[in-house]
Amino acid sequence: MSAHLAVVRRQPRRARVWRVVLYVFLTSMALLWLVPVGGAIYASLRPYSETQKVGIFSLPKSLTIQNYKNAWTQGGMTHAFKNTLFIVLPSLILILAFSSAMAFAVSRFTWRFNVTLLLIFTAGNLLPAQVIFQPLFQMYKAMPWPDFLSDTDTGNLLGTKIAVIIIHVAFQTGFCTFVLSNYMKTIPKELGEAALVDGASVVRQFWQIVMPLCRPALAALATLEFTWLYNDFFWAVVLLNQGAERPITSSIANLGGQFFSNDNLIAAASMIIAVPTLVVYLALQRHFISGLTLGANKG
Amino acid sequence: MSTDVTAAPRKRRRRRRYSQLSRRDKIALTLMAGVPTVIHIVFVWVPAISTVLLSFTKWNGLKLGTWKLVGLHNYWLVFTVFDDKFFPALFNNLVLLVFLSICSAVGVLFAYLLDKNIRGSPVYQSIFYMPVVLSLAVVGFIWKGVMYSPRQGMFNVILGRTAQGDQIDWVGNAQKIFTVHVPGLDTPLGLSKNFAALLIAMAWRHIGYVMVLYLAGLKSVDPSLREAAAIDGCNEWQSFRRVVFPVMKPINVVVFVITVIEALRAFDIIFALKKPPGTQVLGILVRDNLVGEGGGQVGLGSTYGVVLLMLCLGFIIWFLINNYRENET
Repeated sequence: MSAHLAVVRRQPRRARVWRVVLYVFLTSMALLWLVPVGGAIYASLRPYSETQKVGIFSLPKSLTIQNYKNAWTQGGMTHAFKNTLFIVLPSLILILAFSSAMAFAVSRFTWRFNVTLLLIFTAGNLLPAQVIFQPLFQMYKAMPWPDFLSDTDTGNLLGTKIAVIIIHVAFQTGFCTFVLSNYMKTIPKELGEAALVDGASVVRQFWQIVMPLCRPALAALATLEFTWLYNDFFWAVVLLNQGAERPITSSIANLGGQFFSNDNLIAAASMIIAVPTLVVYLALQRHFISGLTLGANKG
Repeated sequence: MSTDVTAAPRKRRRRRRYSQLSRRDKIALTLMAGVPTVIHIVFVWVPAISTVLLSFTKWNGLKLGTWKLVGLHNYWLVFTVFDDKFFPALFNNLVLLVFLSICSAVGVLFAYLLDKNIRGSPVYQSIFYMPVVLSLAVVGFIWKGVMYSPRQGMFNVILGRTAQGDQIDWVGNAQKIFTVHVPGLDTPLGLSKNFAALLIAMAWRHIGYVMVLYLAGLKSVDPSLREAAAIDGCNEWQSFRRVVFPVMKPINVVVFVITVIEALRAFDIIFALKKPPGTQVLGILVRDNLVGEGGGQVGLGSTYGVVLLMLCLGFIIWFLINNYRENET
């Protein structure tokens, strides 16, 4: 009897100790996780001449936003942000438009090749970008493009923002189609059939029945794709010439010389580039996580 | 057996449904599926297949049609003449793969712990996931400037190595931590110190990614399964290993495929930090053989690309089989 009681009493105490250990572990990990970004913010607000002498772990004698000003002007960030806007927005709209149309066609109707198409899209999305980059480069070079439609004057697509938009659309449509088709499969087929019986066309069924129901998935994909497109480094670096055409994330690769060795300036530049995605993430966290989950949990 | 019986009439009914559509509807559907398909195939699959074809040619990439068929010559070059470039890069990719797999396990652990009714769980989640919304290029710069800077970086400050001449150059040090002698190779393969430093920065981002994916999956696991396991006397590890982990199979596959693809795709962080010696990976070799110094070797660059393709193809097929077989049933 007493032994039994002892067991009962010991169990919760051991559990309580475990819980304390768990909280201590998670909290210390979380603090550790914040160090790089916290350190970057802190360093970016201090003059390099000061931290160079006393190190980053010190109370500041002076705080300044001079690093941000310098990073902004020396990095040509006004222009780079404009480039980003010009690439990300059209890409995002086209990706969502194409993938929802595609997902609608393959998930709401059954015809001979729809599983094959879906397989091609999903597999294409998983290919490493490097595998398709060489021939794509040559294709762009061979495709004539009028100079007045771009800032470059080579007469072909290579080096234009259009080239980056095209590959983003072609590549990311794969992932979004995969996610959206899984989502659309969960919408009851009867809804569409009823509409057809009532004489609604396929296009109307798409716009007025399926698309409104897909709003949560579209919101989730939009936030996710925004950060992916914004963060793209590879395509911008290999397809665009240095400087003038590059969007903000890849413009960081242009920073050279003196700029490259001033750690506080680098921290400031990194934070400027990080702010838009961090804001989107903090504001739309729910969509973010559901977007990732939609990709992982099928249907 | 029974599925065969029911599948046949269903298929017939569906096909009839498609032919019931009006001509206008058929045109609309064809456009809706056709335009994205053409774009995707022309700009993703045509280049992917061309990479394979180009790997059998010698071409400077200046003029279309001037390529020369050389058979397997490029592969011979890559595996023998340029083995001091190829094998270190391949080795780094494999190290990255092993390392990111360990990070994925840590991410799973974090998810598992956060699933235990933790107060403030959303706050922890936000913190761990935060690095994932940053570009790997920016991650590289943050770590280079704040953590690894020789003069004022966190690591050197903590270790007290900030004095001139005593500093540790984390990103610049190509010294090997360990080396492996592979018979047939002139240079031993090994993990350089700066690549290890970059691995830590990548872990910071990868762990949160896996954690969020896994946590979402864990929430959908039927709690009665775990209760049953507990009643049957399973301890924590057993109930995870034998009950939760198998139920999570779809997520496990996704996490695994993401880990492999991330390891093979690696490019951004290394390129952004100006390709420090000792950190070369296949993704960088592909790019360098076309543009920049030593560029204009399309055939050779494509060969590296094909190696990359071969490495990930198996995992892609595995993912597809897993995904679409389950969708069918």
